[in-house]
Amino acid sequence: MKKLVLAGNPNVGKSTVFNALTGMRQHTGNWPGKTVGNAIGNFSYQGHNYILYDLPGTYSLISHSKEETVARDFICYQEKDLVIVVCDSLCLERNLNLVLQILEITDQVIICVNLMDEAKKKHVKINLKKLEKKLGVPVVGTSARSKKGLKELVTLIDQNANLNFHPTKVHYGKVIEEKIELLEQEFLNYDLQGLSPRWLALKILERDEKIYEDICQFLGYSLLDDDNIMMIVKKFAEEMEASELKDYIVSQIMKKAEEIVDNVVIYPEEKDLEREKIDRFLTNKWTGIPVMILLFMLVFWITITGANYPSSLLYDLFFSLTEPLRQFCGFLHFPTFLTTMLVDGAYGTLAWVVSVMLPPMAIFFPLFTILEDFGYLPRMAFNLDRCFQKCCACGKQALTMCMGFGCNAVGITGCRIIDSPRERLVAILTNNFVPCNGRFPTIIAFISMFLVGFQTQSGASFFEVLLLIGFVLLGIFMTFLVSYLLSKTILRGKPSSFTLELPPYRKPQFMRVIIRSVFDKTLHVLGRAVVVAIPAGIVIWLLANIQLGDHSLLRYLSDFLDPFGKLIGLDGVIVTSFLLGFPANEIVLPIMIMSYMSLGNMVEFQSLAELKMLLVDNGWTTLTAINAITICLMHFPCSTTCLTIRKETGSWKWVGLAILIPTVCGILICLLNTILFHLFF
Amino acid sequence: MNKTLDSLQVGQSAIIVKLENQGSIRRRLLDMGMTPGTMIQCVLVSPFLDPVAYKIRNAVVALRRDDSKQIIVEVMDE
Repeated sequence: MKKLVLAGNPNVGKSTVFNALTGMRQHTGNWPGKTVGNAIGNFSYQGHNYILYDLPGTYSLISHSKEETVARDFICYQEKDLVIVVCDSLCLERNLNLVLQILEITDQVIICVNLMDEAKKKHVKINLKKLEKKLGVPVVGTSARSKKGLKELVTLIDQNANLNFHPTKVHYGKVIEEKIELLEQEFLNYDLQGLSPRWLALKILERDEKIYEDICQFLGYSLLDDDNIMMIVKKFAEEMEASELKDYIVSQIMKKAEEIVDNVVIYPEEKDLEREKIDRFLTNKWTGIPVMILLFMLVFWITITGANYPSSLLYDLFFSLTEPLRQFCGFLHFPTFLTTMLVDGAYGTLAWVVSVMLPPMAIFFPLFTILEDFGYLPRMAFNLDRCFQKCCACGKQALTMCMGFGCNAVGITGCRIIDSPRERLVAILTNNFVPCNGRFPTIIAFISMFLVGFQTQSGASFFEVLLLIGFVLLGIFMTFLVSYLLSKTILRGKPSSFTLELPPYRKPQFMRVIIRSVFDKTLHVLGRAVVVAIPAGIVIWLLANIQLGDHSLLRYLSDFLDPFGKLIGLDGVIVTSFLLGFPANEIVLPIMIMSYMSLGNMVEFQSLAELKMLLVDNGWTTLTAINAITICLMHFPCSTTCLTIRKETGSWKWVGLAILIPTVCGILICLLNTILFHLFF
Repeated sequence: MNKTLDSLQVGQSAIIVKLENQGSIRRRLLDMGMTPGTMIQCVLVSPFLDPVAYKIRNAVVALRRDDSKQIIVEVMDE
């Protein structure tokens, strides 16, 4: 089994290459920083087996940011047969910075110039043969999205034993080169365990403590214990400051990159007008923010409108199967108890989860993925950064919030793109204010039942979308407010520096987006529904049906919570549902329905209209609905998210805070709603 | 004439003279190719006027004014 490593700048298509080679489906999209962990996959070619590691994207290997440390550790100290550096054809000069740094560490490198299709479209000509000559390692051009050039890449990988690697080296001038040579002489007395002597010499001259510590740990001894080596380093230190040297090294590498690109790439005369036009429009002072809101409204409108019909269709389908299922259980001679538990408890919950939750997600995700593929998300972060800066937070938080729309756990993992630990914590603690896909359909259902009146005709009203946007904006407002408060109290600090790359727009691949997001998400949601909804359905059913004295267990629980619920304009059942919905937000609504049904006498209903009747019969008013939506928007994160927060922050203390903050906000706002409502009505 | 990068208007180009930024942002800027002598062009201003996006070595990178005002540039004549 040969070990391959994929490295490269952020957003050059590493994950697309990874997916194309391994047949896996790592998340891809047009913005820097999507790949946060190391993905690992396998493939085989002509009977040879390969294991492939996808590293997070980095601009360099020098600094101490999380991704760069991961990438550096992997490239320097892990055993591997080949490093494949993926480059962006349109931005080769900057990409070569990383390439040249990697060539200093290891010889076994293949360069994969990706996005060749875009270079062609923009009339940028790249002479790959010449590039190969200049770099001294094999170069291959690919367009991974359309799978062009991958065959050549795999063939190259497969021949790697027979390839010639004579990587070019950057020349750092007489003084430094002299010292490198002296150090390399001294190193001959040591076993460097595969580390490149030249790279090691440079690192020792740089006197970077953290990197030196890593080297010592890897070698098991300290080279600076050698008096001769120490002498050379000391002498050099008198000639050049460490920071000066680091700057000098980068500028020399850049110079080399410039020289190579000047020889290899021919740029067209005309400027990239199309991109500039779109950018001016999407980030303009007057149009930037309105266009952003309109885009989201459009996405929500299509989602709500489009979900109505398939939702009722699925619902009918599922419930038409209830009777046959019951008969089937009877045929198997199940006791009545077991039959009702399975059919009403497990199957009922599953049916609700799938029919209410699935269609909105299956529409929302492809739409969102199209925006993501197009390259809109970084523009959003660009537009909103000033607000985050005012809150002493990082503009990239906008990206993690967007991921939160899909799933808060994913959003929280995504917070790794934020470099400053303080700002990362702010982003983690506030991510839950963005409603995830498990909460969206619940919010939509409440809005359409109680706040806009029933629409018999298909198609969502403008008003409905407006309300949904309103609640989302409330969540965003709370994000800003809480970020600000955190930055002024327990996470005190100034906004840190920040760089955000705005990638070129790419035409989304509509068919692939739709197939990928529907298929992947559908399987994911169905899997989750089965894993969570079925056991949860059984537990709830048991709670609702085990009688203790006069009442069911569920009744005791909801009666107990009722005074508190009533106080904040909800009721015991709603509070119970959110508490029991801790495993997954998707099951909150089904729990609510089952609880009300077991408390009342209505057994079956066919549509949202009847669901509304059930809720109204149980004392729901417009205020209850508003408060239920508020609590849905602001309550403790689900179990998966809590575990993710634990993993990302390494402490239960932050998990506790992540639970406390939104819950307290939600309760306070509900209380406020209730007081205001009673004052005015 | 030497100015700071944040004073550039949209469409204006300049040559980087010196970075006065310190710490990790200095490294990041250099890694993005903002080494002295490189041409940089102001291309976009965000709706709330901060951050501003610059074209550097064929990539577009947004910087906050707090950072860009520590970058000394020499403005090129139109």
